[in-house]
This record gives sequence, structure tokens and C-alpha cells, in this order.
Amino acid sequence: MRYSPLWTCYQNEAKLTEFAGWMLPAQFGGLTLEHEAVRHRAGLFDISHMGQIELQGSAVWEYLNALVPTDILHLPPGQARYTVLLNAAGGIIDDLIVYAHDREHATLIVNAACTAKNAAWLRQHLPPEVAIEPVSQALLAVQGPQATALWQTLTPDTLAGIPRFGHGTVSTPWGRVWVARTGYTGEDGWEIRAAPAVGQALWRALVAAGVTPCGLVARDVLRLEAGLHLYGQDMDETVTPLEAGLGWLVDWDKGDFLGRSALLAQKAQGVARKLVGLVGTGRRIFRPGYPVQAQGQTVGRITSGTLSLSLGRPIALAYVAVPWTPLGTSLTVQVREQALPATVVKRTFYSRRA
Amino acid sequence: MALTYPPELHYTATHEYVALTDDGAVVGITAFAVEELGDITYVELPQVGRRFNRGERLGTLESVKAVADVYAPVSGVVTAVHEALVDAPERIAGDPYGEGWLVKMQLTQPEELQELLTAAAYQAQVGG
Repeated sequence: MRYSPLWTCYQNEAKLTEFAGWMLPAQFGGLTLEHEAVRHRAGLFDISHMGQIELQGSAVWEYLNALVPTDILHLPPGQARYTVLLNAAGGIIDDLIVYAHDREHATLIVNAACTAKNAAWLRQHLPPEVAIEPVSQALLAVQGPQATALWQTLTPDTLAGIPRFGHGTVSTPWGRVWVARTGYTGEDGWEIRAAPAVGQALWRALVAAGVTPCGLVARDVLRLEAGLHLYGQDMDETVTPLEAGLGWLVDWDKGDFLGRSALLAQKAQGVARKLVGLVGTGRRIFRPGYPVQAQGQTVGRITSGTLSLSLGRPIALAYVAVPWTPLGTSLTVQVREQALPATVVKRTFYSRRA
Repeated sequence: MALTYPPELHYTATHEYVALTDDGAVVGITAFAVEELGDITYVELPQVGRRFNRGERLGTLESVKAVADVYAPVSGVVTAVHEALVDAPERIAGDPYGEGWLVKMQLTQPEELQELLTAAAYQAQVGG
């Protein structure tokens, strides 16, 4: 079992859970309170379990570009992109955010459970002149409509100058830290990387500034409301970006990349199933593995589901056979002994006010 | 916050409690169960008049984290159900031994009570 460098900040205040080999906070003040804080003010998450991989070397961007479907060849320093690593069959090895520092240095932030797999994959597919270094610093996420204002109280640098999916370094009373305007909640917010002692000081200062500590339970509800995929549930190596609703990540004109021919063939043939959003009535949650049915036949399965606190209704992601995927299609979800109605909707269940 | 287990109640290994009253018994779930489930989002309760054997599924609770069945801690007939919880399941968490009661039962095998756990035994089991 691994413990976050921020463990000491909350070990007596959180209900804990095991996740991807780490002991992490599941809940602090309660789901409703934490969710409300992120949607209306600001919440603080320990995301130190996420994998951090540094890639350095000349031509690092040419090599990395060949392993993802998104055109990142000319990603400017200070910017980041969401994309996926694909295998030769077009299956998703992991989803990640790639950050450009300069022409010879990229950072990848990946899923905790996939860190070792990704590092091995990169070693296998990048030439020896690209140095691959997994690092483990403290990672904090500050998310919510007041995240920028509250985080700004701790740095003299102007955060407003960093756009969504931008990143850079800023000063704090405890030293310089790396910040990115990214997140997994559907709100404006920041992810901050710091040495362990600095991360601890930042955690305490952010809590003192009024940011609400939040756990993994709230994080899962928030990301699902925002229609954000969870690797290992909503996608894995057996599905392609075209099936997973991530076709927008594929830049067909960028030139060759690993998995491109498989994706082209699938595109020509048409996908047989797609990840769709479902919304139900009542309060019962559509949980992973529950069958999705149409005309008495099973046509799909739930991959993630929760009761949306923002909408007050059950929401879910499911892989569903293609004739049943258009928006507005009426389906049922088998919730134990009951078949409950569900409607296909856009996967972005919740969008923040602009 | 320390979880409490009132000494006058009877407990099951599956986290239900029985509180004896003048005219029967009140059944609910323990503070430990509430803490484990987290915010409760859905409650399904039986109909008044239904007869249960000890150990039969009496109802279902759901939270964002989990689905939990509630089992009849003793055999009996349901004389009342706490309907208000259906629209306000969060009321269980605030007061599981009071305002959070689930059903009232008329016991048909009162001797079964002797097989339930004391507060101390239950607390030892859940590591309280």
C-alpha cells in the first residue's frame, strides 16, 4: 500500500479507501457537502497517486506524436492536450494529459493504475535517446468557480494569465510550484505539483483559505456529471477512441500513428457499439455491469453510474449497440429485479455556466 | 466522531438493530452501517402486513458507494414502515436509532432476540 506525500495533512480527518494500490481519502465532510463546494465555491483533492512521467530528449515530440492519435507535434510550450495512448489495434492503453515544457521536454500525467504499464510501453516504443523518468511529487487539485480567486491569495503571480489547458510555474511562500489549469470535475480549476513538504504547506494554506477538502467519492460523481471517462471502467484496451466517444481526439490528417490503420478500418466499417450517456428517473443508481435493454434484449452494459447531485437524477455511461445509440432513444436498465426507464442523452450531463 | 451503539438495543452481524417497544419492535440500521454507506440516496421498504422470517430481505438501501440489503433481524409481521424516508433517505444518517427507523414489526418468535448481539458484542465485531 502506498501513501501520498499529503497523507499527514488529512489522515485524521478523512474516511480512507484503497485505490489503485494507494490509501486515499474517500470522503471528508460528506459527498453532498464536498460536491456543493466544488460546484459553487472550491474543493481540494489529493491526486498525488496519479502517474507523472517526464520525457526528455531531442525529437521527443516526433516520437511521442507517433504513439497518440492527436496531433501534438507542435504543441507550444505552456500548453497541454488531453489524448490517449493506443496499441496497434487502436485499443486505448491509457488516457492522459501531455504538457509541453520546451522542444525537448514533455510531462505526461496518467492514471495511477496505468503508470507502470505506460512507462514500460514508452520504453518499448520510444528510442533510447528519449529519457523516461517516472517521478512522484505531491499533486493537488483545486477545483470550482472560486478556485482561481482562492489559489491566487497564495501566489503573487497572476493566475488569470494562464488559460484553460495552459500551465507554468508560480511563486508561493514555500517555493516555486508547477501549476496547470486542468482538472477532472467540469469546473475551472488548477492542478499543482510540488515537492512533498511544499505540497503539505499548500494543502494546509488552501484549506485555511476556505477550500473544502474532497475525496474520491465526490471526485467520481463530479467527473461523471461532466461526462469525463474513467479509465478501466469506461474504456480499456478492448475499445477504440471511436467506440469510446473520443473520436474528437483523432487527427486523421496528422500522418501515421500507432493504431491508425485499425481506426481507419473501423471508421470505414462503422462501429458496432458506442459509449452513450443515459439519464433515468427516480433515485436508483445504474451501476457498472447492469444490463441495458431494448425490446427485451440486452443491447449494452453500464460502465459508470451515479445519482447526479446537480441534476437530482441517475446518470450513467454505457456501451450500447449502435442501432440504440441516437440521442433520445428509450431503453431500460435492469437494476436488480426492476427494469427502469433510461433515455440516451449527451454524455456531458453537466456544464458549468460560462 | 465516535459511533454509538445504545446498550438497550439488540444487534445483528448484518448491521441491523432491534429496539423493543411496548407494542412490538422497531428495526433500523446501525451507526456503523450508516457510516460505511455514506450519503444514502434510495430506500426501498416492505409493505405493511408482510410477514418475514428472520434473515429474509426486508428492504434495500443505496448510497453512491454501494447497494445494501436490509435483512429481517427477527421473524415478524410489518406493522408500520417509515414512508417519509423514501423522499428523504438522508434522514437515516442524522439519527439512525431515532428519526432514521425503517420498519416496526410485531414479533412472531420473540425468543430469537436472545440470538442477537449485545451492543458490546456488536461493537467488538465492527471494531468500534
